[in-house]
Amino acid sequence: MDSTSGTRLAVSAEAADVHQRSLSQQASRVPAQALLYVVVTLVAGILLMPAVWLISTSLKLPGAEMSFPPELIPRVVSWDNYPKALTSQPFLLFFRNTMLIVALNLVGVLLSASLAGYAFARLRFRFRSALFGLCLSTMMLPYVVTLIPTFIMFRVLGWTNTFLPLTVPAFFGGGAFNIFLFRQFFMTLPYELDEAARVDGASSLQIWWRIILPLSGPVLATVAIFNVVYHWNEFLMPLIFLNTPDRFTMALGLRMFQMSMGNYGHGQWALLMAASTSMIMPILVLFFAAQRYFMRGIVMTGLAGR
Amino acid sequence: MQRPVGKTTPVSQPRRRSRLLAAEERDGFLFILPWLIGFVVFTAGPMLTSLVMAFLDWEIVRPPAWAGLKNLERLVVDPLFRLSLYNTAYFVFFSVPLYLVAALLAALAMNQPLRGIRIYRVAYYLPSQVPAVASALLWLWIFNPTFGLANGLLRLLDIPAQMWLQDPTQSKPVLIFMGLWSIGGTMVIFLAGLQGIPVHLHEAASLDGAGTWQRFRYVTLPMVTPVIFFNLVIGIIGAFQSGFTQTYIMTGGGPSNSTLLTILYIYRNGFEFFRMGYASALSWSLFLIIVVFTALQFRASQTWVYYEGGVR
Repeated sequence: MDSTSGTRLAVSAEAADVHQRSLSQQASRVPAQALLYVVVTLVAGILLMPAVWLISTSLKLPGAEMSFPPELIPRVVSWDNYPKALTSQPFLLFFRNTMLIVALNLVGVLLSASLAGYAFARLRFRFRSALFGLCLSTMMLPYVVTLIPTFIMFRVLGWTNTFLPLTVPAFFGGGAFNIFLFRQFFMTLPYELDEAARVDGASSLQIWWRIILPLSGPVLATVAIFNVVYHWNEFLMPLIFLNTPDRFTMALGLRMFQMSMGNYGHGQWALLMAASTSMIMPILVLFFAAQRYFMRGIVMTGLAGR
Repeated sequence: MQRPVGKTTPVSQPRRRSRLLAAEERDGFLFILPWLIGFVVFTAGPMLTSLVMAFLDWEIVRPPAWAGLKNLERLVVDPLFRLSLYNTAYFVFFSVPLYLVAALLAALAMNQPLRGIRIYRVAYYLPSQVPAVASALLWLWIFNPTFGLANGLLRLLDIPAQMWLQDPTQSKPVLIFMGLWSIGGTMVIFLAGLQGIPVHLHEAASLDGAGTWQRFRYVTLPMVTPVIFFNLVIGIIGAFQSGFTQTYIMTGGGPSNSTLLTILYIYRNGFEFFRMGYASALSWSLFLIIVVFTALQFRASQTWVYYEGGVR
């Protein structure tokens, strides 16, 4: 297995030879490279096709979407579906509801997960590693097993059809995965910072708030974006806890809109696609505004696999 | 200031230290307390409660009554539960390997020094961020038997129109195919794994005369086995309980219950028929199945997962 050190010795001897070989390899690689381009571009085209179809349908005149064979590019572009779809249901209200849930979760997650992550990364206390192990293990816990009792608990509390079941849990730990992300990031910060502050008489709480958090922009942004997207998209939990349309989120509103279609008659698919596009757009904007944090977050997920 | 020499180390020094340590200990517990409370109230508590509930007869409007083994007896002979397990197993066994291979291939391609690679990465990744409800509606429209894009494309190839989600023999493959659209997250995890492979390993292999395939087989693949393992474990846990939004929105479990996944069946029993006891028994069964599969994977991982720097 350990052939690397041996080969490294041989590097200098063979270097010149290798240089030659890599040149000839590069020459033979050109067709391979071109083939790769073709495949990668083709797959990208296939992956984008549904999105093209989504937007093109949303821009078709009522009835134009019901033609076969389908037109990938609408003959006449009409923007009317957007105002029509977005006013056919109180989507503005759904948007406000969703944003409120998203914002409350954001505050809860960023505060409680970073606090726990800080403790797991920096403070010494009994059973720390055991408790952290417990925390990690809940990441693998299937949610299905807690679904029913959680519903009953919130029902007994009289919290159904409020935003409380969808937001309060975020303030209690904010999710094992987020704690993990914070801990991993905090571990990379120099420990001297804490010690210097402690010598100056700062408490743990002050160190967390005044020293650690201001240095943690990247991980805060990553966790924030992950959670915004997650709660924006979430369907099952709102479906279980929210009953009346005045409390609905965007996801539930879109579902209600679908249900109102009956048998998908004239022009209705175009409206449905316009509403779907409207729900996707904010995520798209967020993605392009903060692209590197999207990727970074998942890269950090990979750390759990090491 | 002068430092005292010899035995004169002030008594207050260790005492101050121990006081600091005690404060740290207290703060540590205080800071994880919200999580700990959340763990007890929202995880451990509900888990145990659902275990107890599995033995109750509880239709939410009436007070619960002890049912003994009634729910379990019902569960083992329930044809819909059995069918839902079959559908779920079908979904897990086909989708997880397919998604992993596709995501790894995509990551390998995205790891090449192609021009415009960042744009390609975005195109491959972005579909995974589309909200599930919106993407379910989109795919429902794509697979619309009368006006959908899928049949439009088949027409170009002179293949007759298909019923897709309305055909019980096609519904499951269609759902699995759809999932390929959102492998972006898994791909990026693989990509990170690939980029974590030290360059000198590839260089060394090249020096030894290894070609592209050999370098993939003997360097890349062993080095990413931990990432494959991670994605496999998470993927299987996820797949056993995923597909709720898709099946709920697109098929409602049909046609002829061909897409009735266990998670959908649990939802129905709990939140449509209000059989809380029975739904708990169902969810604990699914939970145990997932636990067994996960444990088996950890056992099997010893034979194929390679950790650089020894087994952890």
